[in-house]
Amino acid sequence: MEKTYTVSVFTENSIGMMNRVTIIFTRRHLNIDSITASESEVKGVFRYTIVLRTTRDQVDKVVKQLEKVIDVLKAFVHEESEIVHQEIAMYKMRTESLTNGDVEKVIRKHHARILTVDPTFMVIEKTGHVEETQLLLENLQPYGVLEFVRSGRVAITKPMKELRSYIEEL
Amino acid sequence: MNSTKTTGAQAVMKSLVAEGVDTIFGYPGGAIMPIYDALYDYVSTVNHVLVRHEQGAIHAAQGYARTSKKTGVVFATSGPGATNLITGMADALIDSTPLVCITGQVASHLLGTDAFQETDVVGISMPITKWNCQVTKAEDIPAAIAKAFYIAQSGRPGPVLIDITKDAQFEEMEFQYEKCTHIRSYRGRPRINKSDLEEAASLINNAQKPFLLIGQGIMLSNAEKQLVEFVEKSGIPVASTLLGLGAFPNDHPQYVGFLGMHGDYAPNIKTNECDVLIAIGMRFDDRVTGDVSRYATQAKVVHVDIDAAELNKIIPADVGVHADAMEALTLLLDLVQEKQHTAWLQEFKDAKKVEVETLAENAKELHSEELKMDEVIRMLSEITNGEAVVVTDVGQHQMMAARYYQYNKTKSNVTSGGLGTMGFALPAAIGAKFGAPDKPVVAIIGDGGFQMTLQELGTILQSEVDIKIIILNNRFLGMVRQWQQMFFEKRYSFTNMVSPDFVALAKSYSIEASKVEARADLKEILLEMLDHKGAYLLEVMVAKEENVFPMIPTGASVSEVRLN
Repeated sequence: MEKTYTVSVFTENSIGMMNRVTIIFTRRHLNIDSITASESEVKGVFRYTIVLRTTRDQVDKVVKQLEKVIDVLKAFVHEESEIVHQEIAMYKMRTESLTNGDVEKVIRKHHARILTVDPTFMVIEKTGHVEETQLLLENLQPYGVLEFVRSGRVAITKPMKELRSYIEEL
Repeated sequence: MNSTKTTGAQAVMKSLVAEGVDTIFGYPGGAIMPIYDALYDYVSTVNHVLVRHEQGAIHAAQGYARTSKKTGVVFATSGPGATNLITGMADALIDSTPLVCITGQVASHLLGTDAFQETDVVGISMPITKWNCQVTKAEDIPAAIAKAFYIAQSGRPGPVLIDITKDAQFEEMEFQYEKCTHIRSYRGRPRINKSDLEEAASLINNAQKPFLLIGQGIMLSNAEKQLVEFVEKSGIPVASTLLGLGAFPNDHPQYVGFLGMHGDYAPNIKTNECDVLIAIGMRFDDRVTGDVSRYATQAKVVHVDIDAAELNKIIPADVGVHADAMEALTLLLDLVQEKQHTAWLQEFKDAKKVEVETLAENAKELHSEELKMDEVIRMLSEITNGEAVVVTDVGQHQMMAARYYQYNKTKSNVTSGGLGTMGFALPAAIGAKFGAPDKPVVAIIGDGGFQMTLQELGTILQSEVDIKIIILNNRFLGMVRQWQQMFFEKRYSFTNMVSPDFVALAKSYSIEASKVEARADLKEILLEMLDHKGAYLLEVMVAKEENVFPMIPTGASVSEVRLN
């Protein structure tokens, strides 16, 4: 049965790492829903968060293949219940749309915030799950959304074992 | 080590020498010229074999690695030189062959500009190498090469590529070499979990019909001796995968045959009758398993492999042992009880008899005056006493060689298994000879595969390589034709082969050659070939439409193996 899985991959910071990670999925005809990468709490160690829909069997095999990549320190797979995750979205709108009091209500209702206001445009930010940022988009669209961007998922795992202890094991 | 000022190109050579490299297969070109210039100072200590095509270089390096237990080293230039290595890297990855490929690259300021002979070889080779990297600074060369050898040889071996820009080859640096022994993100040797082995031993000790499958992992971990001890103590029958042939002496009374699609009848049907299936250093390739949903479902499975990703990949293991085969066998040897499985072993022998009798019946249907592939192989096996290094290409002749050559010596079987690369054998045989100069090396090749890399006859001529080449000429791409006969209503779509005069071709390269058609002449001419000093090509005209049996058709179970 297909489900949404979040794969966390810890890697060295080497050129081409993103490619080395993603080709593992490509080869198995797996589509990545989102991917983010940034340095982790350990200096020089990068953390990739990859979200995809597939079966447990397939994702377990993918994790083993990821761990075969020389510069991969460790890879984990998590189900939705095992992580706390978040995405960030930004919405660009005409400043004049604020004159209509409805936009203010929408922003308040969604606990979004305005990052910047320019004489012509403003940028609204909302963090949350994809359903939440999507709903805000839909609510803002009647007033004209000039641009919309959403990040991939970042996720923190609920189990307590720290990354550092895994690295020490290696 | 003392540090001295050298160019990047000289650092490449010094690093290779520090790794004990004495043989390189390669082909020069613009972007690797500085390295070839540095190589020129090593002609008395490092043997560089000039091939005729880079694919030839990499297959030769594979052959070398497979017979010598050393890492094969390849030089090629950028662009087309590098892309010509692709097939070989893919082949080496799937067949776990340690290689270090060094490619020249355009100068670093030209990267990404579509410069002459620029290609993104690091990008292209990423999925078909165990590791690769690009070096743009001379100072990074020694560490990259040290890392490359460590990765290529350790764990499950594989090909590694280092792409070195031309400016890095010219640049001066302080040379210092330190061997790589540790990479924090990589563990070559797994930490063995003893309780897994205890569980495995308990299954083995309680088994009534245990069955052992071995793969190339036995040879890669040098566990041949431990394997024999384990097998003799436990009394378990042993079968081999294609790449495992030679790891266990084929004349041993407990050896029951070759596994898989064109493997022997007994080990295939007994796979679905055993109660404990022990697999060591093999990966349950689809050519071994047939339909996985009907593969050994009755058996408890013990799977030992150095590659954790192989455990539970195809066949779920009741006990998965993540370990080097030698370490695992050494520990298992103490844990297993001394046993004999005489009746069980007899079942294999009875099944073998069925196979031999049915195949003999099949043979009667073919024109009896025509030579058959299997008789050529059997005779070769007999007169070489199963002790030659046999290098095969891909197709019917490959399966015939696997079936009928009696591999009694380790590292005596060189073939393209996982990738099934036609054109592999001729260059691989060249490399195999450099890897095992004291052994006779016989390449067995089909008329189709031979023509994929026959330019390497030039390498044989120039480097005076003493290999014997047998072309089994059936004037067909035989394996595809067999499938067309069996599954495509005999529609022989583009499988007939018109070939040149192979004897005249070989002679144009000053290679002694002859052709045989009559059964009566076969033995004599094989002996003449083997006695000949230097390379020899023998074209054997064989029956046009011989089929390889037994056969497990695609999608069938191992227990449905067909004898005709």
